[in-house]
Amino acid sequence: MAKQLYWEDVKVDDEVTPLPKMATSLMLVKWAGASGDFNPLHYDDSFASSQGVGSRIVHGALKRQWLIQLMTDWIGEQGTLKKFSCRYRAMDWPRKMATTGTPEEGETWYCRGKVTKKYVEDDEHYVDCDIWIENGKGEVTTPGTATATLPSRG
Amino acid sequence: MLSEEVTKHIGQGAGAAVAEVEKGAIKRFADAVDDPNPLYWDEEYARHARYGSLIAPPGFFGWPAKLSRGATFQRPTDVSDAAESRGDLGAALAQAGYPRGLDGGVEYEFFCPVRAGDILSAKSVIKDIVEREGKTGSMVFLIVETTYHNQNGALVAIARATSIHR
Repeated sequence: MAKQLYWEDVKVDDEVTPLPKMATSLMLVKWAGASGDFNPLHYDDSFASSQGVGSRIVHGALKRQWLIQLMTDWIGEQGTLKKFSCRYRAMDWPRKMATTGTPEEGETWYCRGKVTKKYVEDDEHYVDCDIWIENGKGEVTTPGTATATLPSRG
Repeated sequence: MLSEEVTKHIGQGAGAAVAEVEKGAIKRFADAVDDPNPLYWDEEYARHARYGSLIAPPGFFGWPAKLSRGATFQRPTDVSDAAESRGDLGAALAQAGYPRGLDGGVEYEFFCPVRAGDILSAKSVIKDIVEREGKTGSMVFLIVETTYHNQNGALVAIARATSIHR
């Protein structure tokens, strides 16, 4: 785990430590099994095509969990995620597999964020952030917001 | 204008479920996300850490109690009153010209940690159904709110999920 972040260390406009992610067909199948979302839109290209999305698309909920990890990594073990939201504004398509364990060349996604506000309420030390996922072209496909509490040096 | 067949579902229950937060399910979930946080993986580490045991990542409430969106993948034995009301609503939306639904997003409020071994009760309600004009034609936004409590009766989280139907 990274070193614990304290509320005093954070300023408005600070960057949340970026988190790179790579969606692959393999990851989508794992996510289907782990989340219980067996919609074939996410693993069957013919079905996805018939639904008008081209080929299999990344689950919105998987992108949600990437953004949640962005926050939990950044706030550390003593930080607490209080509120979170995201919108699946644009679709993302996973890299296909080249071998059983290796994906084809392709996009890497970046989860990013920025501190928009810091404040104290009922003795808790809060930060609000804008968060988002950028695809390989740098387009924001998944914008959101998060509120967390951090430990204070007091 | 949405028909009564659609709007009558506003305020209705959209399912309830009880699920255990199993260690193995937490690990499979963290593996699928590719999240190596030892609070989800390493029991020895977690025992001496903030929560005293493995926890579930925020957003994981036990498999398959993920009621806030879509019920088709739920095991009927774990779920009460969901399938029928959602089936009706799905049919009514299709009838109204909105046969396809996509996950639109989610809002969470987290109130207390979810530990491995917790038994969570989830209850979903259809909060709103709204028709809007978009750039690519009209769409319906369906908002389902799910409330999660743990075995001690403590409020764990509230999720508000939006699905977009066209």
